[in-house]
Amino acid sequence: MRFALFLGCNIPARLQDYDVSSRAVLGKLGANLEDIREFNCCGYPVRNFDFKAFLLSSARNIALAEQRNLDMLVLCKCCYGSLKKADHVLRNDVSLKDGINRILDEEGLQFEGKCEIKHFLSVLHHDIGIEKIKENIARPYKDLKIAVHYGCHALRPSAVVQFDDPVAPSLFDRLVEATGANSIYWSTKLECCGAPLMGINDDLSRGLTQKKLDDGRRSGADYLCTACPYCQLQFDAFQKSEEFRNSGNHTPSAVLYSQLLGLAMGMDGKLLSRQKDQSEIHKIEAFLA
Amino acid sequence: MFFEICLYLSLVIFGLGAGYKASGWFRHGFVNGADNASPGFRFNKALRGIISSVFSLKLLTLLKVSFLEVLFQSRTMKEDRFRWIMHLFIFGGFTVLLLMHALGNIITIHLFSEYYPSINPFLFIRDLMGVLVLVGLIMAAYRRIVLKKRYVKTRAVDYYALGILGLILVSGFLLEGVKITSHTAYVQMVEDYASTDEETELAALESFWVEDYGLVSPTLSPPFQSQTLTLGKEIHEDNCAGCHSPPQWAFAGYATAKLSGPFAIILDRIKAGTVLWYIHILASFFGLAYLPFSKMFHMIVSPLSLLINAVMTVEQAHPASILTRQVLEMDACTHCGTCSFRCSTAVASKTLGNVNILPSERMIAIKGLAAGKKLREVDVRAIQEGIYLCTNCDRCTVVCPVGINLRELWFNVREFLIQKGYPEPLALSPYSFYRGLNRHRIPSELYPRPLEAALSVITGRYEVKEKVFDLTNGNAEYRESFSRSSMEKSFSYCFACENCTTVCPVVANYGNPQEVLGMLPHQIMRSVGLGIRDLALGSKMLWDCVTCYQCQEHCPQGVHVTDILYELKNQALKHIPVSATSSIPATTLAGNMKGAS
Repeated sequence: MRFALFLGCNIPARLQDYDVSSRAVLGKLGANLEDIREFNCCGYPVRNFDFKAFLLSSARNIALAEQRNLDMLVLCKCCYGSLKKADHVLRNDVSLKDGINRILDEEGLQFEGKCEIKHFLSVLHHDIGIEKIKENIARPYKDLKIAVHYGCHALRPSAVVQFDDPVAPSLFDRLVEATGANSIYWSTKLECCGAPLMGINDDLSRGLTQKKLDDGRRSGADYLCTACPYCQLQFDAFQKSEEFRNSGNHTPSAVLYSQLLGLAMGMDGKLLSRQKDQSEIHKIEAFLA
Repeated sequence: MFFEICLYLSLVIFGLGAGYKASGWFRHGFVNGADNASPGFRFNKALRGIISSVFSLKLLTLLKVSFLEVLFQSRTMKEDRFRWIMHLFIFGGFTVLLLMHALGNIITIHLFSEYYPSINPFLFIRDLMGVLVLVGLIMAAYRRIVLKKRYVKTRAVDYYALGILGLILVSGFLLEGVKITSHTAYVQMVEDYASTDEETELAALESFWVEDYGLVSPTLSPPFQSQTLTLGKEIHEDNCAGCHSPPQWAFAGYATAKLSGPFAIILDRIKAGTVLWYIHILASFFGLAYLPFSKMFHMIVSPLSLLINAVMTVEQAHPASILTRQVLEMDACTHCGTCSFRCSTAVASKTLGNVNILPSERMIAIKGLAAGKKLREVDVRAIQEGIYLCTNCDRCTVVCPVGINLRELWFNVREFLIQKGYPEPLALSPYSFYRGLNRHRIPSELYPRPLEAALSVITGRYEVKEKVFDLTNGNAEYRESFSRSSMEKSFSYCFACENCTTVCPVVANYGNPQEVLGMLPHQIMRSVGLGIRDLALGSKMLWDCVTCYQCQEHCPQGVHVTDILYELKNQALKHIPVSATSSIPATTLAGNMKGAS
């Protein structure tokens, strides 16, 4: 099992914990990861501005993985959705593909559509498998209630991303349950975290975030679980904001699935987080049996 | 006399230039908010910062950085071995040449009592260092002209740096070669230093010099009798050897001498040595005088940038000092292109054609801006667009060989431009995510302004004035323009069931969504279907879409609602001509650039 690890822009700059913890977990589960330093932005933000620039950005990454005969393992769901979208468009539109390939050719790259793009969770579920994960659980959680946050760009448009059933997904729930935690029912499970509007319409963005966090609290969740830097950063930013702290509200924090899994696999918190302050990690550890 | 005049003149120009540039660090800046500190205040703050850093434990960090990053250039080594070797050759070689050769009579002579430039080891070291610099320069030219790494651009500033160093080096070697062969120089030396004036002895000495010392004589040529050479050698040892090591040690100069040998007599006659001396000296002095205004200024400022960034943090430093540091950092930039080579969004420059997307090129544009250069509106907007098309991935900051905190520079300049420049429609894209995360660092009254301005420009542009719409041919043309991908033409299947609007989390967020959002998703689909462009493009809904794809997933007709909204956003941003934004009074950026005024 060998993949080109696609980190995107947010993780190295703002969420290194996701990087280190997913490497630790995947390494122990037998997946080999290769870093390609030439990777660039997936094109997610530029898609709002120019479709061709978006296609080129995505296609260049895919072509780099293809050049090394590797499939891609993507940690960010917005990167995942963008890469899948570009891949889908280029596989189905020869003239667009030719146009993009003419530009890629300047660097000796070609998009041929041979590379499979997989999200971190899909690799865990389909390539590694729930059974193997369960075998590796050293200390399962006890009485931990998790509200899984699927993330829009992994689920939809389902015809393009092919991640899971878009209306009744279960992949993420099963992965969470494998750690011994309970995946609870909550009604906004499939809703947006609000991150795409952060910095554009903050009131609306925070409104969407608050709605999810309130629902998580009402549903009795101890934590929200994410597998996307945008979602995680959005929840973190909201809970760290002055307005929130002054409001006296107590809503569940969000935790990265890679960290949740790593702790259950018996890994030390320091392997899963670069934070000097390990108190957040210790709080979750308290749920371990 | 001429030498001294040139030396002092160029030193004075260098000093004034460096002082002027350094004063800019305290005068200029991209001021955001009310922080309008005077140059004096900023100088004061910087001085205090330096003193408090030097007299603290940070001194250890500074020493470590001086050694590892300034002298050893570890940051360049990590990034690119080729360039590291290239730069060490130029940096190391030139430093030794400057201290030992150029300042020989000021420095070396006091360190070594027997110093004389024409004896070993000085003779050999000079040529060795010269060759190192020359090899480094050839590597640099190769990197820029042949290798042409992706996104690494070569501009006039780079050609100048290569050119001036190359001229100094090449003229130096040629001068050395011509001097070795020069008969005039030989005769002059003999007149001044020889203890004999007997014809045969002088002829023997000259023969020996022709044989062993590369001299080209108009009268004497080999083969010589061995007796003559033995006699010549004796006289040489008594009179010359004390100050002259064999010229073969000056291997580069000697090679030049051998190559130019056939023309040596002519070269000597036309005083080529004098001409080359002038070229060598004038090029050196010009390089010195112009140094503060060229990219070679980095030899002074880059170490400063590395040292300052090693001990200065955004959280602890005074905002005025951050401002000062950022202007200084711009002078530290060597335009090496590493940032662009590693840039996450550089690839977009290939289709968008805006060179300011590349951080290394944007840096040059921003330098102009900071220096108060008057720019045309198109140029300012191109800089704005370039700096906004940045995902803040930090890679440029991580790899910069001179340690420029580019992340912070972009953040400040971006804020400055969107506040004081033209409305930036890209503010309404996820490129604003980082700004949103850093909202607490922007004065709260200023934070929403760029967003409001961008929105008003776009909605103003597509304002619908008519109540009655023309649904004839022109509109069909607009519908046909959705040719980018066949899927995005699916709006024709919409029968306005409103499923998209019903499942939209943004619509659900408002009691009276139409009032806030304008057209709702299903209405936008119908507007496009009818070909009423402005109705669709002027809707605020486009900019409040979270792209969650609920609408598209739930459409019974398979309309690619979200994809169409994306396409509409592309159209709306593309069709904003320059004139559409210039109605908003644009304060001259140059005026705003001054920290104090």
